[in-house]
Amino acid sequence: MVRSMHNITPYTSPSYFIYLLILLLPIIIGLFNGRRFKVYETIATLGILIITFFGDNAIQGISLVAFIIYEFIVVFGYRRYRENHNNFWIFFWAVVLAIIPLVIVKVSPVAHSVKLSLFGFLGISYLTFKVVELIMESRDGAIKEITSWQFFRFILFFPTISSGPIDRFPRFEKDYDKVPEREEYLKLFQSGINKIMQGFLYKFILGYFFGTLMLPQVAALAMSYRHTNFLGLSWAILPYMYVYSMYLFFDFAGYSLFAIAISNFMGVKTPANFNQPFKSVNIKDFWNRWHMTLSFWFRDFIYMRLMFLFMKKKWIKSRVTIANIGYVTLFLIMGFWHGLTWYYIVYGIFHASAMIINDAWLRFKKRHKSLPSNRFTKYLAIFITFNVVCFSFLIFSGFLNTLWFVK
Amino acid sequence: MDEMTQKILSIVEDVSGLDNIGGDTDLFADGILDSMATVEVLVTLQDTFGIQVPVSEFDRSEWSTVNKIAEQVKLLEN
Repeated sequence: MVRSMHNITPYTSPSYFIYLLILLLPIIIGLFNGRRFKVYETIATLGILIITFFGDNAIQGISLVAFIIYEFIVVFGYRRYRENHNNFWIFFWAVVLAIIPLVIVKVSPVAHSVKLSLFGFLGISYLTFKVVELIMESRDGAIKEITSWQFFRFILFFPTISSGPIDRFPRFEKDYDKVPEREEYLKLFQSGINKIMQGFLYKFILGYFFGTLMLPQVAALAMSYRHTNFLGLSWAILPYMYVYSMYLFFDFAGYSLFAIAISNFMGVKTPANFNQPFKSVNIKDFWNRWHMTLSFWFRDFIYMRLMFLFMKKKWIKSRVTIANIGYVTLFLIMGFWHGLTWYYIVYGIFHASAMIINDAWLRFKKRHKSLPSNRFTKYLAIFITFNVVCFSFLIFSGFLNTLWFVK
Repeated sequence: MDEMTQKILSIVEDVSGLDNIGGDTDLFADGILDSMATVEVLVTLQDTFGIQVPVSEFDRSEWSTVNKIAEQVKLLEN
C-alpha cells in the first residue's frame, strides 16, 4: 500500500481534493454547530501533511520535521532572551539563523535541476516568512504570547503550507481562537464555495489553456527564430510573453483561491493574494494588487523598517534617495528569494527601476498640475503598466535563458 | 478639530504635498500616503509628540485617517 502512494502537491490533482473533502467534513460540521474540534483538526493536519510530504519521497517530510524543530528552537530561544533584553545584534542573528535553512536550499546546486534540493521541501520559503514575522513581532512586542501549539498550528496550517497566502500570527490567532456565529460561518462557507469555483476556472481551465495548450506552441514558435535573428529576438517573443503572463496569473491566482477557500471552510479568513492586478494604473499600484501577501510582507518587514532606520539615524538627507535605496534592496532580496539565477536577479532590478521611474513620474505630475488626466490617460496608463509587467514576467519566465544559453 | 489633530493634519499635508485632506479622508485607499510617506509621518509623529510607534504594531486600518491617527497618538502618549 505504502509503495503505491505518492507525494501529492496540494490542489493539483482530483485525489487531493477528495482527501481534503473527507478530512474537512467533520471540521465543517463542527463549525456549523458552533464547535471547533481542535484535537481532530490536529489529526487531520497530520493526515494532510503525511499525504503531501511523506508519500513516496519521505526525505521531504523528514526535512519538514527537522525544519520545524529547528525554527521552534530559534523562535522560542529568541523569545526567552527577549523577555529581559533587547540587543539589536541578537535580534539580527536570530533572523539570520531563521533564514539559514532557506538560504542553504536556494544555493545548493541541486535546487536548480529539480527545484528542490536534498534539504528542501515544498513551501519552505513560505514557512520561513512566517517564522521571520514571529521573530520581528516578538522583538516589537506585538506578539505578547505564543504557546508551542499555537506556533505549530500557525506554521503548519495546511491550506496555505505550500505557497501561501502568507498570513500573520496575530490576525490568524484572532480567527482561530473564536468560533464564528452560524450566520457568519454560512457566509464564509458560501464565499469559500465561490472561490473554489473561481479557482477551478482559473487554474484548471484558463491556467491549463494558457500553460499546457498554448505555451509550448508559442515557445516553439519563438525558438524557431533562434538562429535567424539578432539574439534570437523576433516578434514571436511577444505571444510567448503574453501567454506566459496569463498562465502565471491564472495558475497562481487559482491556487491562492483554493488555499483561501479551504481556510474559509476552517473558519479562517486568510488574506487575498490578488486584486485584479492587470487593471493597475502604475507599477506601485500593481504591487498592491499582485501576490499581495508577499509584497505586503516585504513592505512591512523590510521596506518600512529600512526607511524607518534610515530616517531615524539621518544617514542620508534626501527622501528620494532613501526611498530608492529601499526599492533596490527590497526587489534584489525578492529576486534572490526566487532563486539564484541571473533572470530572477534581473527581474528584481527591473522592478526596482520601474518603481524608481514611477516615483519620479509621480513627483513630476505633482509639480505640473496642468497635465491632462482623463479616461484616455487612465487607459493609456493601464496599457503601459500591463506591458511593463508582462515584460518583467518574460524575464522571470527564464525563456530568454533558454533562448540564449541552453544548448 | 483639537490642537493635536490640527497638528497631525498639517504633518500629513506637509508630507503628501496636498492641502485638501479632511479628518476622515482615507489616507491609504486614495494613495495619499505610500509606504515611504507613511514612514515619514510616523517619524515626524515620534519627534513631535515624543512617542514610540513600532512599525509592526502599526495596523493600517487603525491609522487610515487623520482622526484615527490622533486617537492612536493619544493612546501611545498615555
